[in-house]
Amino acid sequence: MDPVFLSRLQFAAATMFHFLFVPLTLGLSILVAYMETKYARTGDQKYLRMTKFWGKLFLINFALGVVTGITLEFQFGTNWSRYSAYVGDIFGSLLAIEASVAFFLESTFIGIWIFGWNKLSAKAHAGVMWLIAFAGNMSAVWILLANGFMQNPVGYVIRNGRAELDSFFALITNKHGILEIIHVIPSALLLSAFFIMGVSAWHLLKKQHLEIFEPSFRIGLVVGLVCSVLVAVTGDMHGVNVSKTQPAKLAAMESHWETQTRAPLVLFAIPDEENERNSIEIGAIPGILSFLGFHDFNAEVTGLRDIPKDERPPVLPTFIGFRTMVGLGTLFILLTVYGWFKRNKLLENPTYLKIMMFSLPLPYIAIEMGWIVSEVGRQPWIVYGLMKTAEAASPVSTTQVFTSLMGFILVYGLLGAVGFFLMAKTVKEGPEDATR
Amino acid sequence: MELQTIWFFLWGLLWALFFMTSGFDFGIGTIYPFAGRTDTERRTMLNAIGPLWDGNEVWLITAGGVTFAAFPQVYATMFSALYTPLMLILFALIFRGVAIHFRSKIDTPAWKKVWDFLIFIGSFVPALLFGVAFANIFQGIPFDDQGIYHGNTFKLLNPYGLLGGALFVLLFIVHGANWVAVKSSGALQSRMVLISQRTWLILVPVAVIFLIASYFATDLYANYFQYPVLFLITLVNVAALLGIRYFVNKKTYFKAWFASALTIVLCTFFGIIGLFPALFPSSMNPDWHLTAFNASSSPLTLKIMLAVVLVFIPIVICYQIWAYHMFKNPVTQEDLDMEEAY
Repeated sequence: MDPVFLSRLQFAAATMFHFLFVPLTLGLSILVAYMETKYARTGDQKYLRMTKFWGKLFLINFALGVVTGITLEFQFGTNWSRYSAYVGDIFGSLLAIEASVAFFLESTFIGIWIFGWNKLSAKAHAGVMWLIAFAGNMSAVWILLANGFMQNPVGYVIRNGRAELDSFFALITNKHGILEIIHVIPSALLLSAFFIMGVSAWHLLKKQHLEIFEPSFRIGLVVGLVCSVLVAVTGDMHGVNVSKTQPAKLAAMESHWETQTRAPLVLFAIPDEENERNSIEIGAIPGILSFLGFHDFNAEVTGLRDIPKDERPPVLPTFIGFRTMVGLGTLFILLTVYGWFKRNKLLENPTYLKIMMFSLPLPYIAIEMGWIVSEVGRQPWIVYGLMKTAEAASPVSTTQVFTSLMGFILVYGLLGAVGFFLMAKTVKEGPEDATR
Repeated sequence: MELQTIWFFLWGLLWALFFMTSGFDFGIGTIYPFAGRTDTERRTMLNAIGPLWDGNEVWLITAGGVTFAAFPQVYATMFSALYTPLMLILFALIFRGVAIHFRSKIDTPAWKKVWDFLIFIGSFVPALLFGVAFANIFQGIPFDDQGIYHGNTFKLLNPYGLLGGALFVLLFIVHGANWVAVKSSGALQSRMVLISQRTWLILVPVAVIFLIASYFATDLYANYFQYPVLFLITLVNVAALLGIRYFVNKKTYFKAWFASALTIVLCTFFGIIGLFPALFPSSMNPDWHLTAFNASSSPLTLKIMLAVVLVFIPIVICYQIWAYHMFKNPVTQEDLDMEEAY
C-alpha cells in the first residue's frame, strides 16, 4: 500500500474522530455559561444543578477533544511534510496564532473552572466559563481560517519555491473561511442543542428530575430552532460560493455529469464514476440545481465530464455526504419547529420526546458528512488549485504510517468506548440531589 | 538583531517554557505509582497539578505551532524524520490526558489501576523521548538536502541520546517532587523531599557526564569557545542546580521548585545557544543544516508572528501566574472531597 493513501486514511480518521468532540465543546460551553450565569444572577439552585450536570458531560467531552486535537497539529509535520514546507509560511502562522491567542486561554481557564468553585464568586466563576466558550470558539475561527486557505488560497505569492504570505488581511478575511465559520459555529450549537434535548428527553420519558430537564430541553429547543435555520441559511451561502470557486466540488456533490443550463436537481441517483454517468436517475426537477448553485434557474452548471479526470474529486462520498447533510438539516428544522409548538406540553408528547432522544446522534452524522463534502470534495487538491494531495505527503515509509495508523485505530477505538461509557454513566446518574 | 535571530531564541524559549511547565507534570507522573502509597496520596499528587497541567501542555502546542509558523522547513523535516518517536510521545500524551481526567470518575481499584499505569507511561515516555530527541538533535540527524531521513529510529537510542533522556527524566522528577512538596503536607511531603534530595544526587553526576559527553559527541561548545562570556549562563545554571538542594534543605519548597524550573530553562538554553544558528543540524553534511537563516518563514510572516507572540505570550504568562497563585496552597482533604477533584 502506498504511504500517501495511508496518510490520508490516518488524517481522515484522526480529524473525523477529533470532530466528534469539537462541536459539543464549542456549543455546550456557551450553553453551560448561560446556565451558570442564570444561577449567578438568581441564586436559583436549579440552575446550579443544571450547570454541574451539563458541565460534567462537557468536561468528559472536552478531555477527549483536547487529546485528539494535539496529535493533529503535529500530523502536518509527520505525514504532510512537503505540504508543511510549501505553505507553512501561511498555514503555520494561523495554527500558531490559534495556540497562543485562543487555546492557551481555554486550557488555562478550564483548570480554574474545574477547581475554582470555592475560590471565585459565583459571577466570576460563570465569567470563567464565558471565557472558555469565547476561547474555544476563537480557536475554531483560526482553524477554519486555516482550512479556508486550503479551500480557497488567498493572500499569498509564489516566491522562493513556496507559497509566501503576501497579505495577512486577505488571509483573515478569506470569504471561504468566513463562510465556514458562520456555518460551523451554529452547527456546533445545533449539535449541542440536540445533545441536551436528547439527554433531557431520556430523563423526561422516565419522569425524573423534571425541574432540571424541562428547562434544559427548552433551552435546547430555542437554540436548536434558531441554529437549524441559521445552518441552512449559511449552508446555502456556502453552496453558492463553492459553485463559483470549486465547480468540481459542486458537480460531485450533485453527481452532475453534463454541463448544462437549467441544470436539474435529481432526487435519487446512483453515480457510476467509471462510465461518467449515473446508473440510475429518478425524479429530475429542471432548473433547481442551477438555482441552488447560483440562485438563478437558468445558470450554467459545469458537469464532471468537462473537468479533467485527474481533477475530479471522488464522486460517491461527496454525493452521499451532501445528500445526507442536507436531508438531516431539513429534518432538524422540522423537529425543532414541531417542538416549539409543543414546548409547554412536552410530557404529554412522549413520541416526540422519544424521537428527540433517538435524534441525538443525527447532528454528529450531519457534521461529519459536511466535512466529507468539504474535504473529499476538494480532492485531488490539498490546497485548491495550488498543490495536489499526492505531492504533499512526507517521505516516510509505508511501515511507519501503517503502524501509526493501526495505533490510532486501536487507541481511538478504546477512547471512544471509554468516553461513551463515561458519558452514558453520567447521564444515567443524573444531576446531584437538590440537598447537596 | 535580525528578525531570524530573534525568532531562533524565541523558538528556544518556547520549548524551554514547555519543559519548565510540563516538566513537573511529567516528573510527578513518573514517580506517581511508586511514591503515592495510598489512594489519598495519589490523588493529592494528581490534584497538585490538577488545575494547571492543561494550561502547561499548551506550551507544547505553541512551541510546535511556532516551529511551523517561523521555521516551516524545520517543522516539516524534524517531525517527519522523528516520525516514530513523535508518534510515541503523542500517544503517551493522549493516555496521560484522559487518565488524569477519568481516573477518579469511577471508584473501583481495577479502574484506577489501569489509569494509574497510563499516567506513568504517559509521563515517563514523553520525558524520556524529548530528552533523547533533543540530545540527538544536538548530535545532528541523518537527513539529506531534500529533508529525507536516512536514519534508523533505534539509532536514536545511542549512548548520548539515552544520556539526554536520563537527564530529562531526572530533572523532571526533581522538579515534580519539589512541586508536590509545595502542594502537600505530612508523610507525603517528607517522602517528596527525600525523592527530591536523592534524585538530585544522581542528577548532578549525570549532568556533569552530559556536559563532558557533549564536548565529544556534539559541536555545542563551538559557540561557547568563540564567545566565552556565554559560559556565564552555564554558571548560573550550576548555581540554580545547587540552589535546588539548598532550598530543599532549608524547607523552602517553592524556592526549590523555582530553582528547578530555572535549571530546566537554562539546561534547554545550554543546548539552544550551542546549536545557534542551526535548529535542526544534519549529521550527513553541515551544508544541509536547517538554520534560522535558511529555513525561516518570509519576513512578513516573521514580523506578524512576532507582534502576535510579543503581545499574547506576556498575557498568557500573566494569567498563568494568576492561576498558579490561586492554587498555591497545599491540597487539603476538603479539596479532595470536591466533586470535581481528580
